[in-house]
Amino acid sequence: MDLLLDGFAAALTPENLLFATIGVILGTAVGVLPGIGPAMTLALLLPVTYSVGADSAIIMFAGIYYGGMYGGSTTSILLNTPGESSSVITAIEGNKMAKAGRASQALATAAIGSFVAGTIATVALWIVAPTVADLVVTLGAPSYFALMVLALFAVTAVLGSSKMRGFIALFLGLAIGLVGTSTGQARLTFGEPLLADGIDIVVVAVALFAIGEALWVAAHLRRKPLEIIPVGQPWMNKDDWRRSWKPWLRGTAYGFPFGALPAGGAEIPTFLSYATEKKLSKHPEEFGKGAIEGVAGPEAANNASAAGTLVPLLALGLPTTATAAIMLVALQGYGFQTGPTLMDQHADLVWALLASLVIANTLLLIINLPMAPIWAKLLRIPRPYLYAGILFFASLGAYSVNFQAFDLALLLAIGVLGFAMRRFGIPVLPLIIGVILGPKLEEQLTTALKISQGDVSTLWSEPVAVVVYGVIALLLVAMAVNGLRAPKEPPAEPDTELDTDEKELSPR
Amino acid sequence: MTISPLQPRCVVAAYSADDYGRAAVAYAEAVALAAGARLVVVNATRGDSYVDSRFAADDEITALRERLVGEGLAVEVRHDLVPDVAEAVVTAADQAQADLVVVGVRRRTPVGKLLLGSVAQRVILDAHCPVVAVKPD
Repeated sequence: MDLLLDGFAAALTPENLLFATIGVILGTAVGVLPGIGPAMTLALLLPVTYSVGADSAIIMFAGIYYGGMYGGSTTSILLNTPGESSSVITAIEGNKMAKAGRASQALATAAIGSFVAGTIATVALWIVAPTVADLVVTLGAPSYFALMVLALFAVTAVLGSSKMRGFIALFLGLAIGLVGTSTGQARLTFGEPLLADGIDIVVVAVALFAIGEALWVAAHLRRKPLEIIPVGQPWMNKDDWRRSWKPWLRGTAYGFPFGALPAGGAEIPTFLSYATEKKLSKHPEEFGKGAIEGVAGPEAANNASAAGTLVPLLALGLPTTATAAIMLVALQGYGFQTGPTLMDQHADLVWALLASLVIANTLLLIINLPMAPIWAKLLRIPRPYLYAGILFFASLGAYSVNFQAFDLALLLAIGVLGFAMRRFGIPVLPLIIGVILGPKLEEQLTTALKISQGDVSTLWSEPVAVVVYGVIALLLVAMAVNGLRAPKEPPAEPDTELDTDEKELSPR
Repeated sequence: MTISPLQPRCVVAAYSADDYGRAAVAYAEAVALAAGARLVVVNATRGDSYVDSRFAADDEITALRERLVGEGLAVEVRHDLVPDVAEAVVTAADQAQADLVVVGVRRRTPVGKLLLGSVAQRVILDAHCPVVAVKPD
């Protein structure tokens, strides 16, 4: 409790409050713009961490993360183009509501629902994260190794429609993570001394998210503009409140646990929430025509899952979304040992972050309710201006890592890879998580094998490890059974953030 | 051989989905009706932003076309994605051998003039026939 109060004290200093405000405004703005998400923004802002204090930077990043979720819903509702994969479901009912002249109510239930869900989920995070960290800190290297394998496997295979493409991305990521001489032997350096230190994760992240996306947009520059629905001040009447509060709570209940699992992500809980609301609604005939429950539930679920993904990030050092992955990079950039010990060793920082989440949420509600019409105006910015700026900051960011021109060449090469992945529908998330977790996975493996003096059986010597491998086996069997049962069914679920954009925005 | 601009055979209206565009179409419509001329309405966008409020929705274009046809005009409506909107208007006028182009002009602040080009200004300067600039009431 003292820790939490100290956290609030740290988060409420004028400086950190300013960073939180910048974060939520920036986050909402990038969430509104399709194709530019919080992950890309954080990647571009990583160089900021060199000059700003750790607490301020992390608080700003958390603001961007939460803000992105809010902004995405605005675009879904007004434009029928989800800014984020997590708001795909919102678009179904939200855009129908807007077309029926109820855009204000849809925006209001999304914003207030996000606030309610975000606040409840943050409180849950305060309770769950330290508990999980205390449990995990007692685990040995074999269990930790198993948990990482599970996270990699789940992010790759459970999310996304094509397992094949997921694994292609994962192995590309693991290969990039291998580059360097960290083990004493040069691997994949091709005799190039500049590669000896490995490829900096900042360069990989910026290249994939910013350069890849910019190239993609450049290749599809001219498109018929989308029809936007004009909107006034968001508001709700009594009936809307009555129909919204239960979906908010149920959405939160779905979102938080799914976010907290090592195979997090907001797609599954938002979909489940939508299905539940459809089943429980007293107005089932309105679904598909703009039912407010269909906006309230999924929006609450996606914000609750955003809070949930911070559980594995802070307690285990395992990122499960692209944005969380970049936040992990930022923490590592400050030289923090991420993993179960983070919450003990840097308690002040972690609790300042946890406290700032509530502040960010409140700021978002204050900022977003009156400002929705202004956010919609952002969509009028011509893309060439937008992406010129992004390319500039991407190059600056990549160069400032080591002040090596070589990094710019790497940036371009990986950017082209990102563009090609986008073109062939390969998700980016497994790659980025592979790059981050690959080296840590290896570290845990070597630690485990050193302790056992090379005896491989140590890997399944701990009960937790055995259970985790059991879960992986179960997932594999389920996948195989599913694959055999319905071989011809087309993938229905959206893949990743970028993949979704591709489907939604492909030229018509 | 000269043709009086008040007796044109083909009129082009540069249409943006706002008051200025509507004023241009209304004027072109009146001239075309009076002179028995063909009317070409051009509504175009560069398509490089997610939303372009000056680009009319499909429904709006259909309604406009039906209204003009209903008045007995020979109408052609161009609703295109183009690299340059002003150039699209001028090209349309050339292709239709128009002898009158109508554009709507707006008041612009000094900062606005600095930052943004004017489609109307470029049409006025580049068109190969007389151009009428109209303002909404």
